[in-house]
Amino acid sequence: MSQPKTVSLFIQCLVDSMFPEVGEAMVNLFDRLCIPITYPADQTCCGQPAFNSGYRKQAAEAAAHFLNVFADAEVIVCPSGSCVHMVRHHYPLLFEDDPAMLQRAQQTAAKTFELSEYLVDILGITDTGSTYAGTATYHDSCHLSRELGIKEQPRQLLRNISGLHFVEMNDSEKCCGFGGTFSVHYPEISTAMVDDKLDAILASGADTVTGCDISCLMNIKGRASRRGEKLQVLHIAQLLEPVHGGSHE
Amino acid sequence: MSKQSERASYTDLAHQGLKNAPLQKGLRGIQQRYGQGALHIWDSFADPSLRKRVKAKRESTLAHLDIVLEELTKNIEQRGGNVFFAPTAQDAVNYVLDLASKKEVQRVVKGKSMTSAEIGMDEALEQAGIKVVETDLGEYIVQLNQDTASHIIAPCIHLDRKQIGRLFHEKLDIPYTDDPPTLTQEARKALRKELLSADMGITGCNIACAETGHISLVSNEGNIRMATTMPKIHVALMGMERVAATLDEHASLLQLLTRGAALQKLSTYVSFQGGPSEKGSPDGPEEFHLVIIDNGRSKILADPDFQEVLSCIRCGACLNICPVYGRIGGHAYNSPYSGPIGAVITPLLHGINNHADLCKGETLCGACKEVCPVENDLPRMLSVLRHKLAYGDPQWNVTPHNKSEHRFFSLWSRLVRTPKLYHILIRLSGVLQRPFLSRDNMVSKLPGKFHGWTTTRDLPPIAESSFRQKWLQNKIASKNVVRKGQKD
Ligand code: SF4
Repeated sequence: MSQPKTVSLFIQCLVDSMFPEVGEAMVNLFDRLCIPITYPADQTCCGQPAFNSGYRKQAAEAAAHFLNVFADAEVIVCPSGSCVHMVRHHYPLLFEDDPAMLQRAQQTAAKTFELSEYLVDILGITDTGSTYAGTATYHDSCHLSRELGIKEQPRQLLRNISGLHFVEMNDSEKCCGFGGTFSVHYPEISTAMVDDKLDAILASGADTVTGCDISCLMNIKGRASRRGEKLQVLHIAQLLEPVHGGSHE
Repeated sequence: MSKQSERASYTDLAHQGLKNAPLQKGLRGIQQRYGQGALHIWDSFADPSLRKRVKAKRESTLAHLDIVLEELTKNIEQRGGNVFFAPTAQDAVNYVLDLASKKEVQRVVKGKSMTSAEIGMDEALEQAGIKVVETDLGEYIVQLNQDTASHIIAPCIHLDRKQIGRLFHEKLDIPYTDDPPTLTQEARKALRKELLSADMGITGCNIACAETGHISLVSNEGNIRMATTMPKIHVALMGMERVAATLDEHASLLQLLTRGAALQKLSTYVSFQGGPSEKGSPDGPEEFHLVIIDNGRSKILADPDFQEVLSCIRCGACLNICPVYGRIGGHAYNSPYSGPIGAVITPLLHGINNHADLCKGETLCGACKEVCPVENDLPRMLSVLRHKLAYGDPQWNVTPHNKSEHRFFSLWSRLVRTPKLYHILIRLSGVLQRPFLSRDNMVSKLPGKFHGWTTTRDLPPIAESSFRQKWLQNKIASKNVVRKGQKD
């Protein structure tokens, strides 16, 4: 392979503040793969909460900030499908009436990837050489699977983790009920939905659930904790991490 | 429908739905079988591009809707049928009431029609002293129960057979049974009497075809065939978008409709109606009236953001896959149109502010878009509706929905563009959360708005050091860090 591109880490805001270990796992993973990384420290939030709530003006302001922060990036990799969906599909929409910004948005969209997508589709890596002792199932988060079409990539990566027994749950593509502010505005409906998800996970026989979006996992983890379920909830980066893989038991 | 003041809220009705055990069972059944089933059909369809092609045809028909409707009208009138164009619900209702009074109609039998519910047809007829009987089994049950439909295809999905058994026992005066075949036989007996003695049959219209000048109605019970041929007068109520320009488009839509709705290659019955019976023919009505209803549809048609929704063929597949509908059921939507399609069409027809909860009460998961036979991008339209609610939109008479939310996002926007302050505030929240941490290091009780999360869920805490902090303090070990352009 020619000199690999330097990856600019796009650390989703929730990962940054609540799950920094996911970001660290990514760093370790890229390190092991000898891929140079950088982290533009002025990044904040991609603007998704505002966009999904209808506040497109504010979302566009956040988007413009993002475009500035990542202006020099060779390639941008993010451990969240919904944030990549935001950048890839909604940024161009936000600037459709501003040709100069639109062009920047499209250029940035074209070099922004979700982690499993980047590993499998761009780098051609399906085996990260990690190990994990446990039975894991995979939750397809909505924007990742339906809007980005990323379904097989994470599964390929998971199947190649040594020691990991992979099982599918029923309705893995069904929404977990998070939906951003939906989960706060309509908590009862959201809870009923995450209960369905949790039941499907437990019925699969898995002791670990993983996925590519921390927001869904946070929802699942939060409900599992309240229900007192014994379940490991880990972001896929944590399972792929060569050093720490298997050490979460 | 616009009785806002007496209306229970989306949230309250959703809670009732969540607690309704027969509804939950019915929803689970229908979603497992039909929602997943429809997805599977599209995945394994011999003609994988059919949906895309049909959508393109729908869009072209909608772009020329005036011409298409003119052709439909001309062809039906040539065959001796009557066509009335109703700008509003009231115009449609008045037309039918006038007709009923002129023809001294006393008894009306109905085929299942959401358009009829949309315009309030049954109530108007009843107020005029006319007996109205629904003949679709599900609608009949709902009518006996003085209830409203909770699914656009399966109206009584919220009732189980025990409830229906008790209802029939009470209303039809038969011994209690919860045996479905027996109950169906009893309904059939009662309905046949009505069908044979009615003076007018009122149906909806699944798909009209301009090229041939006919309307098509699908059913699995045969009630439509009787309701459209036994009474002397047949009135079909049709939303103005429910028309195909050509027989070819019509045929494709029919294929998609029955597959999307019930996984059927074709429904048990398809009735084609295009006018009164021909002279000397013993079958068919003496008069045929097609009422084409606008009632807000022109406005939808004129807005490029929403025009697409008029491609809908009301198959119900989006209800059968939607994880929100699948838990709350149809009554929460306060409209004959429930589920994802209802969440888009109801605000557009009856006021976006009035139905703000419908615009906001979904997760935008995209399952409806994936299953829709005409590939309607309902999540996109919900997002546009939210955009209108955020800032208001005079064109749609929308006023800003939530001023404090607006203020919040304005402040938030300033923060996300001021990284230092943004990250300080997050660190501060980490300190403020401390009193809320439970033994297992989860946040189990939050004040204010976030209370909604912690009533049923725990929240992982804000980490002591964020990723950014660790990075800036060089606490993240990596051999390959490129620190160019990094300022601490
Ligand atoms: S929006 Fe699509 S899936 Fe939903 S009822 Fe209409 S045609 Fe069917």
